[in-house]
Amino acid sequence: MNETTFAGTQAVPMTGAVADPFVVDGVRLGSRLIMGTGGAPSLDGLGAALVASGTELTTVAMRRYSPAETGSLFQLLEDRQIRVLPNTAGCFTAKDAVLTAELAREALETDWVKLEVIADEHTLLPDAVELVDATEQLVARGFKVFAYTNDDPVLALRLENLGAAAVMPLGAPIGTGLGILNPHNIELIVSRASVPVVLDAGIGTASDAALAMELGCDAVLLATAVTRAQNPVLMGEAFKHAVIAGRLAKMGGRIPRREHALASSAMEGRAEFL
Amino acid sequence: MNIRLNGTEQSVADGASVSTLVSQLTGRSIGPDGRAADGRKLGVAVARNAEVVPRSQWHATALADGDDVELVTAVQGG
Repeated sequence: MNETTFAGTQAVPMTGAVADPFVVDGVRLGSRLIMGTGGAPSLDGLGAALVASGTELTTVAMRRYSPAETGSLFQLLEDRQIRVLPNTAGCFTAKDAVLTAELAREALETDWVKLEVIADEHTLLPDAVELVDATEQLVARGFKVFAYTNDDPVLALRLENLGAAAVMPLGAPIGTGLGILNPHNIELIVSRASVPVVLDAGIGTASDAALAMELGCDAVLLATAVTRAQNPVLMGEAFKHAVIAGRLAKMGGRIPRREHALASSAMEGRAEFL
Repeated sequence: MNIRLNGTEQSVADGASVSTLVSQLTGRSIGPDGRAADGRKLGVAVARNAEVVPRSQWHATALADGDDVELVTAVQGG
């Protein structure tokens, strides 16, 4: 696959002192944090938080054009050279998701799509049947599908086999901030995947994002945790570091857990006190 | 003639093209290729009767009485 560098990214993205690009669909991104734009009370505040987070990819939703709201999100992202990942939020069926993705491709001139097909407004959980159907249709139409999915290792592998460019299991339901409810399943998804795994949804604070990376995820996607934080700019920066720290910890290799204590200071050569 | 635009009845000139409609709504001048004359991206898309009309077809696509048109753009979303 041909690797291209998006304008605005470093030639060789670094994690600490290590060259460590996040490559998805052949595109090299300099940050493993994907920050969504949802939930921000103002465009100015959103812009500042996005910059603080260091993200190079952000999600947007597609909605009816309103002449009154032309303070343009689209322009803000263009100005900051942040690549756009349109989502299909609010779609309950494969049919609606496919049409929404087609509109997004036309409006934003990208074939990337975060595929969200939800079952109901109460849980906002993905509807597996519709999700599989939509993935199949979108892949056939040439889309690069970033599939938002349940934390189900079987379903994640199915989506990959259908041609998803990335699988994005949830840590917890959207907007809950409950963190990663089933770390074992996330680890299992990672261990079997050969496309990037992005932990999406449920992140509450920086340590949740670090844990996602320690479990082996390739990136983390979040919005609410930053945009609805008391200080979104500080929180954006916190997540930037959390993702790097988690990634370094994964690469560094954690020590095994032990039943009993293990001294790190030698017992030999101690002074004797009579 | 009347069309439904983003869920609301609206009257448009007989035989108006999709391009004319988009231009009126966005206040931008649009070339025959469906791109803004000012060179900046428009960031909008059109569905007509639940089918996407590619921007390259906006100029050549005439609206018909009773058409259901959706004009969408990017907004904040996670």
